[in-house]
Amino acid sequence: MELNSYSAPQQLKGTQIRQLSFIEKTLHLDTLLLFGLLLMSCIGLVVLYSSGNQNMGLIYKQLVRMGIAFIIMIAIARISPDTLLRWAPWFYGAGIILLIAVLIVGTKSKGAQRWLNFGLFRFQPSEIMKLAVPMMVSYYYSNKNLPPSFKQIVIGSLIILIPTGLIAKQPDLGTSLLIASSGFFAIYFAGISWRLLLTATGIFASAAPIFWTYFMHDYQKQRVLTFLDPEKDPRGAGYHIIQSQTAIGSGGTYGKGWLNGTQSQLDFLPERSTDFVFSAFSEEFGLMGVSILLLVYFLIIVRGLFIGTQAQNTFSRLLCGSLILTFFVYIFVNIGMVSGLLPVVGLPLPLVSYGGTSMVTIMAGFGMMMSIHTHRKLYSS
Amino acid sequence: MEIKDNFKEKRLFSNRTIVAAIMVFLMLIILIAQMFNLQILQYEKYRTRSVNNRLKIEPQPPRRGLIYDRDGVILADNTPSFQLTLIPEEVKNINDTTLRLRNIIEISDEEMERFEKLMKNLWRNNLHRFDHIPIKFQLTDNEVARFAINRHLFPGVYVKAHIARRYPLKEVASHIIGYVGRINEIELKTLDYFDYAGSTHVGKTGIEKYYEDVLHGTVGEIKVEKNVSGRYIRTIEETPPKPGNDIYLTINSTLQMEVEKAFGKYSGAVVAIEPSSGEILAMVSQPGYDLNLFVNGISSEKYKELQQDKMQPLFNRLTRGQYPPGSTTKPLVGLAGLYYGVIKPDDEVFCPGHYMLPNVSHKYRCWKKWGHGKVDLNHGIAQSCDVYFYDLSYKLGIDRMSTFLGRFGIGQKTGIDLPGEKTGILPSREWKKRVKNEPWFHGETLISGIGQGFTLTTPLQLAQATALIANRGKYVKPHLLKYHEDPATKNKVMPDLDTEGKDIEDVSNQDWNTIIQAMHDVVHGKRGTARKIGKDAPFTFAGKTGTAQVFGVKQDEEAKKTEELAFELRDHALFIAFAPIDKPKIAVAVIVEHGGGGSSVAAPVARIVLDQYLLGESNGTIE
Repeated sequence: MELNSYSAPQQLKGTQIRQLSFIEKTLHLDTLLLFGLLLMSCIGLVVLYSSGNQNMGLIYKQLVRMGIAFIIMIAIARISPDTLLRWAPWFYGAGIILLIAVLIVGTKSKGAQRWLNFGLFRFQPSEIMKLAVPMMVSYYYSNKNLPPSFKQIVIGSLIILIPTGLIAKQPDLGTSLLIASSGFFAIYFAGISWRLLLTATGIFASAAPIFWTYFMHDYQKQRVLTFLDPEKDPRGAGYHIIQSQTAIGSGGTYGKGWLNGTQSQLDFLPERSTDFVFSAFSEEFGLMGVSILLLVYFLIIVRGLFIGTQAQNTFSRLLCGSLILTFFVYIFVNIGMVSGLLPVVGLPLPLVSYGGTSMVTIMAGFGMMMSIHTHRKLYSS
Repeated sequence: MEIKDNFKEKRLFSNRTIVAAIMVFLMLIILIAQMFNLQILQYEKYRTRSVNNRLKIEPQPPRRGLIYDRDGVILADNTPSFQLTLIPEEVKNINDTTLRLRNIIEISDEEMERFEKLMKNLWRNNLHRFDHIPIKFQLTDNEVARFAINRHLFPGVYVKAHIARRYPLKEVASHIIGYVGRINEIELKTLDYFDYAGSTHVGKTGIEKYYEDVLHGTVGEIKVEKNVSGRYIRTIEETPPKPGNDIYLTINSTLQMEVEKAFGKYSGAVVAIEPSSGEILAMVSQPGYDLNLFVNGISSEKYKELQQDKMQPLFNRLTRGQYPPGSTTKPLVGLAGLYYGVIKPDDEVFCPGHYMLPNVSHKYRCWKKWGHGKVDLNHGIAQSCDVYFYDLSYKLGIDRMSTFLGRFGIGQKTGIDLPGEKTGILPSREWKKRVKNEPWFHGETLISGIGQGFTLTTPLQLAQATALIANRGKYVKPHLLKYHEDPATKNKVMPDLDTEGKDIEDVSNQDWNTIIQAMHDVVHGKRGTARKIGKDAPFTFAGKTGTAQVFGVKQDEEAKKTEELAFELRDHALFIAFAPIDKPKIAVAVIVEHGGGGSSVAAPVARIVLDQYLLGESNGTIE
């Protein structure tokens, strides 16, 4: 490369890799990230024990899921980023086919057609897309000269919009927005110009009324309306958010203590082990507990972003950046939802909420980040 | 294809990362701010909400105080009553269960309908699937036993005991004791919300209503923790209820029952007062009704039947029945004449059978068509000569007569401890001006003097006036409460009797003697109107007969004999009496509706009262 002559020392400095430890070298895991994830999982088990009425069965089930998720993470961490790059289009293509299949032969559950039934197990293809979309966008920009041209941004957007549209049709607004944002983050890191970003944001904002009128289902509109004024229907739709805020607020500074949260223990808090687990946590551990929880999350995100800056090629950088920001979206949307800042969208609190599917996807994403970090070469070419 | 500038790209990525990190940080700050808002700034609000969510206060109804007569005979108590209930979540097939239940316990279609309706609207009735849902109230002992044998066949079905009010003497003293009934919506608004939180019944009439505060007791509460579906988790705190005080009435239930029996087929009222204390010994309004009918809601047919009964069993004649006192006012009018110096006891009036005012052609008849001849005050009262009292009233004038009768409580509430007492009417110039807006006429003074016309008294007022004569002016307040007693501490609370300044002190002893002697002669005199009942009496007593016209007799019409009149047109018979004369132990007022003359039916009832009370025995009923 032309610029190598004078950029080499800097690059050497930037990519200088300290002595890799056993965990990093052999298991291809990042120690700090692993520590953060394990810590979060432990917090999750502690909260689950309380919110699940001290039911050990629930704990074992969750432990099994965590085990599976960690194994998948470890497995993916071993796959080199180059392989991930090669797989990206196949992965994305398979995902699209499955999404179309869902719309044709999918199983309905709670009014939405999201599942593919394989007899032995049910499966949501949208989960694949949570990884496939950022991978595909990163793949697309991996050999482009960044920042991308307008045409490249349009193509990148199309890569995002096709699966997003398919998922929105199921309908699953929460997941489609999550996938759209994960793809968008890749474009953001690719270097979309600020001016274009602001324009796009403006267009989306002004399109909201059209979206409201033509694309949103009544139950979705209802959720938004309830979010705006939960007290209007305190027994019906507003009930969840009122009880959730009551749980959080009554926790106060130090909380009611572990196993002593009356809102969650006495069932006033709905979905207290799954989507509303944060409220159960806040009730028992107060603002102090919440601060610690958010701090741990923040450290995981900072570590993820750092790994991105240390990555050695475009694909790795974009993928890592978009995965970690998507992780943050989970956190922000979930906590925003249970505390009344955002409308109720069915997103779990990553690593803490009871449930398997999303945990596997999230851990797979962390597996990719770890792979990116531990497969670095001494010198980038 | 352009050559990728890795260095430039890396710098671009780092810049974007820094912006992203800042954004993440700011958004986390937003979350923390919201948490601070909820957990610190609005902490009190949410803490209160969470406490209100889980802590429920379950009221514990107090035991209602019992009602006894003066000798400790139970007039109202509480007894377990059984109801059949079902807990929906414990029953697999509710339809099948109720169908089989109907084989062993009689459940009417209405009861079944009510139950099914309740099952459909559990939530609206604030019930849950784990609550007892009543199927049938008031099981008979037989049904309880039959269910007990078959219990194992009906999992989830229970017989639940609860406490219900019971009136063991049924219709005895029904108008005095009164009854409790289910709290209705109007009462719900006036009753104390917290005190009655656990109570289902409240006093509706009589003593049950008047002394509701005493009988009810203080509600207790159990503070419990409940989960979102209202299921009990644990008890936090318990305050036991404080039972209501037991009430001892002044009523002598034996006397009460004998008097009720004495009425036979007649309707009417008797009030017997102990003159020394004002304690009411018996208070009979005939006919009565079974108080137990009302406790758990009377059926509409039964209620209609009672309401349309010509004898009006639901009507409390004692304090709400208003009758012309008739000749029973004569001792008071006579006393007024002596008090104001209008007559002397020996002054005589000639009775030709009628009386005429100067310059008026109207003839005011005496009940004795051919007249009494020469009559003094004693004879006027003993033979109840109307002409004597027309003359006296004319001399006295309405103003003095009205003032004097007023001092004996005529036309005023006695203030007895029963709800809904009526005033009666004591006519006067002011009264007529106010109510009828007409001037007073002399003729009206005359008929007021013999207790007819506008004058109306309740049997209770009449008895009170009689007690005042017996006491020679010493006022006592008629009352039913002897005392009430805390069942735990046995602390007695006496009634607060206000008697201040109501004595009649300015009538001379001689005047009292004259009147009481005349009343003595009513029963013991040779020509006394009630000499029949005084003849064989082993004690001396004073009395006065009276007849209250139900239907006015026209000027030129011959008064018909009682037997010739339709029953409901017959006159009311009245009698007042007290005994013994020197140290009166009992004063009585009797009204027998449509009994004809006072001497024929009312006086014998009075005699039964006196015999029963003074001798401890009496015989039978009037015919």
